[in-house]
Amino acid sequence: MTEHAIEVTGLTKRFGDFTAVDAISFHVSKGEIFGFLGANGAGKTTAMRMLIGLSKPTEGDGFVAGYNIRTEAEQIKKGIGYMSQKFSLYNDLTVKENIRFYGGIYGLSKKQIAEKTAEILEELDLLEVAKKTVGALPLGWKQRLSFAVSMVHDPDIVFLDEPTGGVDPYVRRQFWETIYQQADAGRTIFVTTHYMDEAEYCDRVSIMVAGSIEALDTPKELKKQFASTTMDDVFLKLAR
Amino acid sequence: MKILAYLIQKEFTQIFRNKALLPMMTILPIVQLIVLSNAASNEVKNVNLVVVDKDHSEQSRLLTRKIVANERFSLVSAPYSKENAMETMQTNGADIVLEIPQNFERSFLKGERPQLQILVNAINGQQATVGVGYLNSIIGTFNKELQTRVGQPAIGKNANIQIASRNWYNPEIEYTHFMAPGILAELTALLTIILSAMNVVREREMGTIEQINVTPIKKWQFIVGKLVPFLCVGLLLLTVGLIASKLIFDIPMLGNIGIIFMYAIVNLIAVLGLGLLISNFANTQQQAIFVAFFFILIFVLMCGLFTPIDSMPKWAQYFTIPNPLAHFISVSRKVLMKGSGLADIKMEFLYTFILAILFNSLAIWSYKKQS
Repeated sequence: MTEHAIEVTGLTKRFGDFTAVDAISFHVSKGEIFGFLGANGAGKTTAMRMLIGLSKPTEGDGFVAGYNIRTEAEQIKKGIGYMSQKFSLYNDLTVKENIRFYGGIYGLSKKQIAEKTAEILEELDLLEVAKKTVGALPLGWKQRLSFAVSMVHDPDIVFLDEPTGGVDPYVRRQFWETIYQQADAGRTIFVTTHYMDEAEYCDRVSIMVAGSIEALDTPKELKKQFASTTMDDVFLKLAR
Repeated sequence: MKILAYLIQKEFTQIFRNKALLPMMTILPIVQLIVLSNAASNEVKNVNLVVVDKDHSEQSRLLTRKIVANERFSLVSAPYSKENAMETMQTNGADIVLEIPQNFERSFLKGERPQLQILVNAINGQQATVGVGYLNSIIGTFNKELQTRVGQPAIGKNANIQIASRNWYNPEIEYTHFMAPGILAELTALLTIILSAMNVVREREMGTIEQINVTPIKKWQFIVGKLVPFLCVGLLLLTVGLIASKLIFDIPMLGNIGIIFMYAIVNLIAVLGLGLLISNFANTQQQAIFVAFFFILIFVLMCGLFTPIDSMPKWAQYFTIPNPLAHFISVSRKVLMKGSGLADIKMEFLYTFILAILFNSLAIWSYKKQS
């Protein structure tokens, strides 16, 4: 268990008759950037919600950050960060207040919060808008802030659910640079995305189709395996 | 404890930042308090009367004059036939038709017992009963005077018992003294239930609740973190409301105001618990508002504010036990008007306390971090 940041076997989620996630098994190594791909409705978000303790698995077992996802969901939450598609910051709170709030509920001390705030504001170049409400920030800034806030408590693993939706390629590139920084610092990154160019940035990629993982390897191997030149092709061949 | 402080701090920041919320929480209720306390009156001040005088005698005219002299009655018309009078009633122009029969005076003097007829428009039940009451007492007095004047021995010799009534706790029957404390209690409870019911759903709609759910925060911390700020808002509203009622209506404050606040804290916790419970089951603010309204309507109509609980059917009286509003109104009236102490309101305290525990336990239980 210890050498893997995430390890699941036979993970299944059913809603009534519908099987959203069908007995998936995989592992993610520490410090890896793991791309979790799939068409809309393939079950990516459902699988991810089980990993972060928002949803109880119907069957199967798994460990995240060394804790069991069935029985120790609350312990897992101490060691992971999560950034949802909606980048859940409070729009009516300022940048600083958002950092303070999330730092506070993760149990950080006043001093730690002050340090974290200074660090985030500096790194993201947000000093000038620190006292502006988040609602007034451009989308790209919100995404980077949301990413930073999800790591306010220094988690070992960060889950990113389509973090770069709706922004231009330049902002996306910027965002991925921060992801790389975090991975270099030893953090495990688990990321879902619809952008195949982003899939190329990942160490390994899994592709989900109708609740099952149909392919899992490095982008290079996958392209070889499916005799394609781009990840786009790989995806299309699988998803069809 | 520290985590809780951050939750509460965040909630207060949001409340104070919301430009619409603060006035909504303070000014609107005060306006309602002023308007409702004056308007929601059960007093019958104007009864439209039609007199059909078929006698046209001295006495029948005297009776009519006596009735009309009373400011509560206004004579709408005095037609010759009952048909015309009924038409007026049909068009809702008259509340009461008084028919004085032919030979009314003559048969009275003969010592017979002439009969007057009173026809009442009972569509508005209250207007009807109270109006007839007034009318009967006027006719009764008239009858007695007439008997003494014509030197006739009283027909019923037992009619000599005098009843002198005195109104305790509200000697002048000031309607606003009775209504204002009740309406104040009602407004405080209603506002807090709506605010709390909307709040968690809003976080769900915004997606922020998901972010909170992936933190190791405890369920009770989340609920208490929501409860405390709105409790403060409720108490603020109560304070402003009490001051306004004192200044505007000069309501009596015989009891210890501390008791009111002590009770209000328990009551607001109960009401907020219910609001949060509703919030947990709703997916959209629309759903939350509908469910909250369902409870609010029942609470308001069955809280003893407009209709006394004692005059409800037995089963409905039991229904007021789980109604926090009913207890709140009862306590505020008892303490303010009667000067009741803790011992006098112990039942209200007990019931509300149980409700507070119940609603909040359910709220914590039904708040799911994991689906």
